[in-house]
Amino acid sequence: MTEATAAASDGPEARAALAPELMTWDSKARRVVTLYVPLACFLIILLFPFYWMAVTAFKPNAELYDYKQYNPFWISSPTIAHIKHLLFNTSYPRWLWTTMLVAIASTFLSLFASVLAAYAIQRLRFKGSQYVGLGIYLAYLVPPSILFIPLATMVFRLGLFDTPFALILTYPTFLVPFCTWLLIGYFKSIPYELEECALIDGATRLQILTQITLPLAVPGLISAGIFSFTLSWNEFIYALAFIQSSESKTVPVAILTELVSGDVYQWGALMAGSLLGSLPVAIFYSFFVDYYVSSLTGAVKE
Amino acid sequence: MSATATAAWKNVRQEPSWLVRLFDWKPLLVFLCLLPAVGLLLVFLTYPLGLGIWLAFTDTMIGRGGSWVGLENFEYLAEDPVFWNAVFYSVFYTAVATVGKFALGLWLALLLNQHLPFKSLIRAIVLLPWITPTVLSAIAFWWIYDPQFSIVSYIVVDVLGLRTTYFDFLGSAWPARYSLIAANIWRGIPFVAICLLAGLQTISPSLYEAALLDGATAWQRFTQITVPLLMPILAIVMTFSIIFTFTDFQLVYAITRGGPVNSTHLMATLAFQRGIPGGQLAEGAAIAVAMIPFLVFATLFTYFGMARRKWQQGEGND
Repeated sequence: MTEATAAASDGPEARAALAPELMTWDSKARRVVTLYVPLACFLIILLFPFYWMAVTAFKPNAELYDYKQYNPFWISSPTIAHIKHLLFNTSYPRWLWTTMLVAIASTFLSLFASVLAAYAIQRLRFKGSQYVGLGIYLAYLVPPSILFIPLATMVFRLGLFDTPFALILTYPTFLVPFCTWLLIGYFKSIPYELEECALIDGATRLQILTQITLPLAVPGLISAGIFSFTLSWNEFIYALAFIQSSESKTVPVAILTELVSGDVYQWGALMAGSLLGSLPVAIFYSFFVDYYVSSLTGAVKE
Repeated sequence: MSATATAAWKNVRQEPSWLVRLFDWKPLLVFLCLLPAVGLLLVFLTYPLGLGIWLAFTDTMIGRGGSWVGLENFEYLAEDPVFWNAVFYSVFYTAVATVGKFALGLWLALLLNQHLPFKSLIRAIVLLPWITPTVLSAIAFWWIYDPQFSIVSYIVVDVLGLRTTYFDFLGSAWPARYSLIAANIWRGIPFVAICLLAGLQTISPSLYEAALLDGATAWQRFTQITVPLLMPILAIVMTFSIIFTFTDFQLVYAITRGGPVNSTHLMATLAFQRGIPGGQLAEGAAIAVAMIPFLVFATLFTYFGMARRKWQQGEGND
C-alpha cells in the first residue's frame, strides 16, 4: 500500500497536497541536500562492505596486494580461483550442507511448536494464558551468551556434543519465542467469527486449526519460517561451542576457524567463503523482502 | 443386509467421535498445544539458566564435576583486571554503539519516510547488513581494517592525502575499540531504521498538517509530534538493541578475539575464552552470570524510562 502511494506521489495531486510544505522550505535544491545526499551516503556506507567482499573474492592474489599498480576498486582480470579452492580443496560444500540441514530442521521444529503454542495462547483462551505469553516473551530476552556454558555441559551429558542435534535442539530457544509472538499477532488479525461459524457447523478444534486458521495465517507462517531460517543460518556462539570436528561445523564457524590458519590470511578465499555463505540468505531475502519487513516490525510492535 | 450396514456405519461413526471428543476437551488440548514450546523452553532455556547460576558458585571444569565453593569465583574475578576491563568495555561498547545506532537509524528512518522513488528497493537494500550472517560481514570488516591493505587507509592516505601513515585499526587498544564499535553500528543501523520507520508510518499525517497550520517549524514538529509518538516503539527497540549489544559475541570474536592484550574483550567473549577453550566452566559461568544484573538494569531503565505512556499506542494494556 505505502509503496503504491509513494509511487503515485509524483502525480499532480500529490504535489498539490504537498504544496504548503513546498512553499515553506522544500525547494528542490534543499531537498537534494537534506534528503538525497545523506541517503546516498547511507546506502554507500551500508553497501560498501558487500561490494568490497565481492571485489576481493574475484581478484587474483597479485592484484589483491598491490594497490599501486592496480586500482583497488576494480578487478582487471577476474578469477574464480578462490571459489574453486574453496569448493574443491576444503570441506566447504559439506559445511554448507550441514548449515542448511540444521537451519531447516530447527526452523520446522520451532514452527511446529510455535504454531501450537500461539494458537493455544491466542485462541483457546485458558486461564493464565497471558502469563504463558509473557513468559515466552521474556524467554526472548535471555541472550545466548548467558546460556552457552550451561548448555554446553548439558549437551555433553546428553551425548549430543559434536552432532547436528545439539544445534537443532538448542536453536529453538531463541526461535520459538520469536515465532510464537509473531504468530500470536497473526492469529489476532484473523476474525474469530470464522472459527465460531466452523464450531457451530460441528468442526472440531483440530479441524479449525488445520483447515481455517492455518491457511489464513500462511503469510505469518512464511514470515516466521524465513526469519527462523535466517536466524539459524547466522547463529554463531552455539555452533562454536558445541561442535568440534571440522566436517560438522556450520559455515560461519568453519570460515573463521578452518580457513583462518597460520599467520598469512588468505583474504581471497575468506571473502569468497563469506560471499558464498551469505548468498543463500540473500537470495531467500530477495524473494521475501516484504515478509522480512513485516515480521521484523510486527514482532517489535506486538 | 441393510441392518448390518447400519450397524457398521454406526460403529465407524462412534469410534472417531470418542477420540475427537478427547481432543476437543479443552484442558488436554491446551496442554498438548503448549507442550512442545514450553517443554523446549523449559529444558533448553530455563533449566540451563538455573544451571548456569549454580555453576557460577562451583569449581566445575571441563571433564570434572564441581562442588559448591560459594562466592569464590566472584571474589577471584573482582581482583582480576581483565574482568574489570571487560566490564568497562561492555558498558562503553553498548553505550557508544547504542547512541550511534539510534542517532543514525532515526535519521535514516526519517529520510526513508519521505516520498522517494524506488522506496521499496531502497528499504530492501538498507536491511541487507542485518540479514547477512554477522560473522561473515565481520570478516569483511576485518579485511577493511587490515593494517597493510585497508581500503579506508588507502582512500585517506593515497587518494585524499589527508594522512601520511596508514591507520593501525586493530593494533592498539583504543583504535581497536572504536573500530569494533563502528562495525557494530554499521550492522545495527538497518534494524533500528526499519523498526522506527514502521513506527513513523503509524503517525497520522493530519497531526503534522495541524501543526503546520499553527505555524510550527520543522524542528518543533519533530520534537513535539514525532518524538513523543515514537517513544513507545523506541523504548522496545532500544531494550532489544541494548540487550543484544551488551551480550554481543560474534563481532568481537571474529575481528579481534579480545585482543590486543585483552583490551577489547566483552564479557561474553571473556566468558567464552575462560569457559570453553580455557576449560574453566565455572569461571566462565560466573562471568556470564555477572552480565545478568546489567541486563536487568538496562531493561528496566529503558522500559520504565520511556514506555510508561502506554495510551499513546492507542490500544489497551495488552
